[in-house]
Amino acid sequence: MVGAADWAGVAQQVVAGLSSGGTYATLAVALVLIYRATGVVNFAQGELAMFSTFVAWTLTQHGFSYWPAFALTVAASFGGGIALERVVIRPVERASVLTVAIVTIGVFFVVNGAAFWIWSPQVKSMPNAFSTRPIRIAGVAFSISDLGIIGVSLLAVLLLWFFFRFTKLGLAMRAAALNPESSRLTGIRVSWMIALGWGLATALGAVAGLMAAPPLGSFDQNFMQPILLYAFAGAVLGGIDSALGAVVGSLALGVFLNLLGTYVSWVGTDLRQAAALAVILGVLLVRPAGLFGQALVRRV
Amino acid sequence: MPLLELRGVAARYGPLQALRGIDLSVGESEIVAVLGANGAGKTTTLRAISATVKTSGEVVFAGERLPGRPEAVARAGIAHVPEGRGTFAQLSVDENLRLGAHVRRDRAGVKADYDRALERFPILAERRRQAAGTLSGGEQQQLALARALMQRPRLLLLDEPSLGLAPRVVADFFRVVAELNEQEGLSVLVVEQNARLALASSSRAYVLEVGRVAVAGASAELQRHESVRRSYLGY
Amino acid sequence: MSRVVRIAAGLVAAAAAVALVLVLPHWLSDARAAEFARAGCFFIAILGLNLLTGYTGQISLGHGALMAVGAYTTAILTANHGFRDLWTIPLAGLVAMGAGFLLGLPARRLSGLYLALATFAFAVAMPALLKRFSGLTGGSQGINLFDKALTRSTGALGPVHVLGRTVATNDFLYYLTWGTGLVLAAAAWVLVRGRVGRAFRAVRDSEVAAASSGINTGFYKMLAFGISGFYAGVGGSLFVLVSNWFVSPTTFAFDKSLLLVVGAVVGGLGSLAGMALGALFIQFVPSWAGNVSNAPGAPSVFFGAAIVLVMILLPSGLGGVLRKLTEPLTTRL
Repeated sequence: MVGAADWAGVAQQVVAGLSSGGTYATLAVALVLIYRATGVVNFAQGELAMFSTFVAWTLTQHGFSYWPAFALTVAASFGGGIALERVVIRPVERASVLTVAIVTIGVFFVVNGAAFWIWSPQVKSMPNAFSTRPIRIAGVAFSISDLGIIGVSLLAVLLLWFFFRFTKLGLAMRAAALNPESSRLTGIRVSWMIALGWGLATALGAVAGLMAAPPLGSFDQNFMQPILLYAFAGAVLGGIDSALGAVVGSLALGVFLNLLGTYVSWVGTDLRQAAALAVILGVLLVRPAGLFGQALVRRV
Repeated sequence: MPLLELRGVAARYGPLQALRGIDLSVGESEIVAVLGANGAGKTTTLRAISATVKTSGEVVFAGERLPGRPEAVARAGIAHVPEGRGTFAQLSVDENLRLGAHVRRDRAGVKADYDRALERFPILAERRRQAAGTLSGGEQQQLALARALMQRPRLLLLDEPSLGLAPRVVADFFRVVAELNEQEGLSVLVVEQNARLALASSSRAYVLEVGRVAVAGASAELQRHESVRRSYLGY
Repeated sequence: MSRVVRIAAGLVAAAAAVALVLVLPHWLSDARAAEFARAGCFFIAILGLNLLTGYTGQISLGHGALMAVGAYTTAILTANHGFRDLWTIPLAGLVAMGAGFLLGLPARRLSGLYLALATFAFAVAMPALLKRFSGLTGGSQGINLFDKALTRSTGALGPVHVLGRTVATNDFLYYLTWGTGLVLAAAAWVLVRGRVGRAFRAVRDSEVAAASSGINTGFYKMLAFGISGFYAGVGGSLFVLVSNWFVSPTTFAFDKSLLLVVGAVVGGLGSLAGMALGALFIQFVPSWAGNVSNAPGAPSVFFGAAIVLVMILLPSGLGGVLRKLTEPLTTRL
């Protein structure tokens, strides 16, 4: 029988899971954004987020406190994402999807290497974004940091949703992703819409990196790689063409991983990734286009 | 000086030469029809104007050479309703209309045009929140036209508007186009399979044959010429 | 161009390739020969990936793990079961083929990115699984044949005697990998021109059309995964030999899988000769990058930049250029 104390433990673990799931969700939405605009998974998404995090870390070393560094970094990442798209993605705009995907793998290596080159391989640590005190809700102690991360992640995704739903530019970006040909005929600069998508995705990635880094205590240049994997898995679980699906899939994955790590001891840390992916595979075999994805209409 | 002028325009898709040097013009406030069989180059003529196909030769609009990018052509004041209508099936009617005005900056004018569009096409007002893909063919054609008008173009390009529609719906459609032409001085270049209808609603027409202009003249003239009708228009 | 001319041109190209492979070691230092031998292993694995992705249109981000299956088959059979290393090579191919069939199971239902994730999961899980079942695999220590089966490791003790000649160890490994590679390339050439190859291409071009013309698409997808797995397994098996008879879970971390896809696309999917260029690319460009600067991270920057540059300048890969260069030759014949 599970006692009351254990239910409190489960609640704590669920919130902790939602917190890491929130980080995955933010990055997953970034992946969906670029997938919908260009049809590729951006393998460099995690490394770009890592790079942004290191930029913010540098700012905090130069007297900035966390939140000003956060704001500056997110803005700079937006510009950086646009610049990156113009330099390396635009030249392969008309090439096959696989070619573009390989370019993003190339960018992965460049960004990862550059971060090692610039910041040396020693581990870093980041000031906390939120108070480290716990807060008691209904008699259960929750970490303020976990709740804060959930809040910021959801806020970021929600802002993005508002942008796409209610602004002229957001509408044009959606149209460009749905039907580039018709969009051009109505005067939309499709190529710039794609660049803008990269900017937004990179900014969103910066949010993910900056939420993920402080709780780790110490991190190095590879810290985003498992998070990218989970974000990718979460996005695919939800259906890669649905932002809502990506959020739900990532949150579910975060909770699942946390409960798995806490309550199923034989899995251990080594097999955690494998177990998570195996479960997702199981889900996909039942629903081949993810939980929220639209089944592809196949053309002959 | 005509509003639009094509001089020696040629275009190819890979090895396939679709246009072999076309001369064509559309005057201010004029409706011009382009006729011809399948594969004669009608659609390509429109695509050459809106730069969705690579071309050689000159396309001059309002005294200036048109830029080679479709989005710039749209910004220059040409609205193109392509074959298959080019509406955004997953977006709502409202969103489609707002997209039509993407290039405009005059908010008040856009608002006024939006209201007028819903007045002119009451069915669209009714289905404002519905996805465009759920509309019937005739309703989608109305939406495509309404969206093009949101751009407030000087020239409207229509590609086979009658395709797949019931005769009554087609007649309504052409009546609206004629109204726009009379009341607002809109210039129209329309590509049609249905030669009888196109000649009845245009002032001049070009007949294309394998990428060249075979016959051109006043629509009334062409209608009267029995030999032209027989050999090119098939009725 | 007639079929005969095309086949004749293919034979001439094949003869030239064989001749090049034969004479190359005369100009190579011992260390270079070892590097080329490694590239030979990549060549074989990429050939398999090309059959799967280039000809059948199925994405796999898990081929590094299939190489691992082949590598561990060779290591375990040689270390613990008294096999001579060379004889385990085809067995490694067959075991990896079995693994390939299994990996192909989800492909019957999944496509595109969903399949990419499924195969990637396999690549990510493999090192963890290898560590977990340490009784069989030696855990994170790996298996060192140099210690455990020195006498059964061909060439480990010194030069090898073949056909009455004495060949230096690294030259021997070079001939072994590229010899095997050429045989398997020829097999692939025959395969893609036959009935099976036509079915593969039909699945790639349109699954619905293939199915409606009576092709069992699920079967051919699994077959492609299986054959592709055989190639990867042989490549992985040879990789143990050229890595000083040593293998560990980190040898086949998930980045190997990504590297193979990079090699295949940079080489130019659909082109057999391009695959050799792709293999040379993923073998030599990283070490070249290390020579330019060995500051931490710098080699990775240069390698990544090289990938991006090749893709921007040659979107259809190095093989596409090769084809453009030889096309005027064969059409003139």
